[in-house]
Amino acid sequence: MTLADLGADIAAAAGPAVQEAVLDRGQELVLRVTREGWLPVMKLLRDDPRLAFEQLMDLCGVDYPERAERFEVVANLLSLTHNRRIRVVVPTDEQTPVPSLSGLWPTATWYEREAWDMYGILFEGLSDMRRLLTDYGFEGHPLRKDFPLTGHVEVRYDESRKQVVYEPVALTQDFRNFDFLSPWEGMTTLPGDEKVHLTRAERGQIEGPR
Amino acid sequence: MSGSSSMASEAGPLAAASDPIAFTSATGDSAQTRTVEVDSHHINFGPQHPAAHGVLRLILEMKGEVVERADPHIGLLHRGTEKLMEYKTYLQAMPYMDRLDYVSPMCMEHSFVLAVEKLLGIEKDIPERARWIRTMFAELTRIANHLLNVTTYALDVGAITPSLWGFEQREYLLEFYEAVGGSHYHVNYFRAGGVSRDLPAGLEDKIAKWAAQFPAFLDELEGLLTENRIFKQRTVDIGVMTAEQAMAWGFSGPCLRASGCAWDLRKQQPYEMYDRVEFDVPVGVHGDCYDRYLVRMQEMRQSLRIVEQCLNAIKPGPVKIQDHKIVPPKRVEMKRSMESLIHHFKLYTEGYHVPAGTTYTVTEAPKGEFGVYMVADGTNRPYRVKIRAPGFAHLQAMEALSKGHMLADAVSIIGSLDIVFGEIDR
Repeated sequence: MTLADLGADIAAAAGPAVQEAVLDRGQELVLRVTREGWLPVMKLLRDDPRLAFEQLMDLCGVDYPERAERFEVVANLLSLTHNRRIRVVVPTDEQTPVPSLSGLWPTATWYEREAWDMYGILFEGLSDMRRLLTDYGFEGHPLRKDFPLTGHVEVRYDESRKQVVYEPVALTQDFRNFDFLSPWEGMTTLPGDEKVHLTRAERGQIEGPR
Repeated sequence: MSGSSSMASEAGPLAAASDPIAFTSATGDSAQTRTVEVDSHHINFGPQHPAAHGVLRLILEMKGEVVERADPHIGLLHRGTEKLMEYKTYLQAMPYMDRLDYVSPMCMEHSFVLAVEKLLGIEKDIPERARWIRTMFAELTRIANHLLNVTTYALDVGAITPSLWGFEQREYLLEFYEAVGGSHYHVNYFRAGGVSRDLPAGLEDKIAKWAAQFPAFLDELEGLLTENRIFKQRTVDIGVMTAEQAMAWGFSGPCLRASGCAWDLRKQQPYEMYDRVEFDVPVGVHGDCYDRYLVRMQEMRQSLRIVEQCLNAIKPGPVKIQDHKIVPPKRVEMKRSMESLIHHFKLYTEGYHVPAGTTYTVTEAPKGEFGVYMVADGTNRPYRVKIRAPGFAHLQAMEALSKGHMLADAVSIIGSLDIVFGEIDR
């Protein structure tokens, strides 16, 4: 069975919970599901013997601030029985929780804690909602696109107080972010140059985007 | 361990007299009693502990000397690798990979370059020589990793000799690293499109010479440990994981194979040159600490087989693709050709643009499935890189593994899981 057939089969079996099943670059099967469908689809993927995705290998968040629902929760599953992988994606925002997978896979706990820590994605039914990777008492969600790379606080050892102290970040040099997206790269056809470009494209002399 | 409880119960009259509460209670109301909880207590294991294999803070809830609950606090080595990578070009992001699992750096690079190559769509164009070199170094790295793990694991359970011997062999391997990449650890050798430079003259002979003497060393190492009574007492039937449990906890690599799953990405989902080399996949039976050790020992022998096959298969040829939009041109070309100079300049300032797309690319790293989930948005920087570290899932199972075991067994379990905090905390 090809991956495309598999995607179609899963979409048929799961009903409206699966919004779309696409092949990423023709190689990796991606399911986009609704939040309500997140748990049932995962249960189906794990328990149906024809699918048998026994392992949750990875779960993470991705931030797209320009979207209405800015976060994506991405789970990568692996079937040892059929030697297949699948990626399941569910959208969410800052307020709406995603059902937790920790009931299906115990390993989901830390991955969800990490997603909460890094992005502030809420998980419904996650028993352990502590931060995982950041410091005790950390504020903010560092992997969000609007969180500055330098962070907000820095620590140092204070000799007079004999303890480690937190202070607002003081940069001796401004953070430099070079913008290499030059307008000349993106503009494939300059105004007035259309005809030249057309003939070159016909001869195959222009390198199109790979 | 039970230091506080024994002190409270065995404290002599002198200690009682120096304790102000005890003193007043002894002189005052004689009916007042002090209850000392001896059974249930917490132990703060780490963050600086030689047996924690890094900066692990483990809160152990103990009942006597039995672990009731283990709660690992991680993140003490969190450097924000994923965030930093979003601000670097693909080429600049490479060195961060070395610093994840710093015990097996080249295997970390491997997942990253394979992911970038997939997104660039050049995975079919990589020259054979480069792919053989990458396969060989991935296997040398596996040996280096297992050498460190097995020997320090033995150190954790009381044997000091293996680590002294093992580090000598590991040093040879690190010298090969230095020969190709100029650095002992953080070599930054693999590149999207091949490897950064060709093998120096004579290195293949050196590796072959080392490979010839290595089995004798493995025999000696096994002679020290495999039938060692103390080693077996500390590891057999400790931290048992069934195959079902191991799957549910997201195990991979040697830890999964020790539980009886014959699952190896090099066999099941071959990448690079693994479909063209012969090797066996060692599988354990009991899923305990001892089997995890045995699997690693056997894997070293198999890796050695692969290294020897790679040495035979490496033929002269280019080590990078010819597309100078992705790999830099030769230095000598830059002296004469304006185009090469421009390519070089553009590559080291702007870098290459990777077409929009996502991939979850995995390799069989020495510790297990090392995955890179990469989202490219068509610019010269990754939009998102998620690093799937095998140790992350393994350490999480610490709670299930150590429940009901003695405190000293917790040390064995940590050692057998092959924990390195560079990759767990990222």
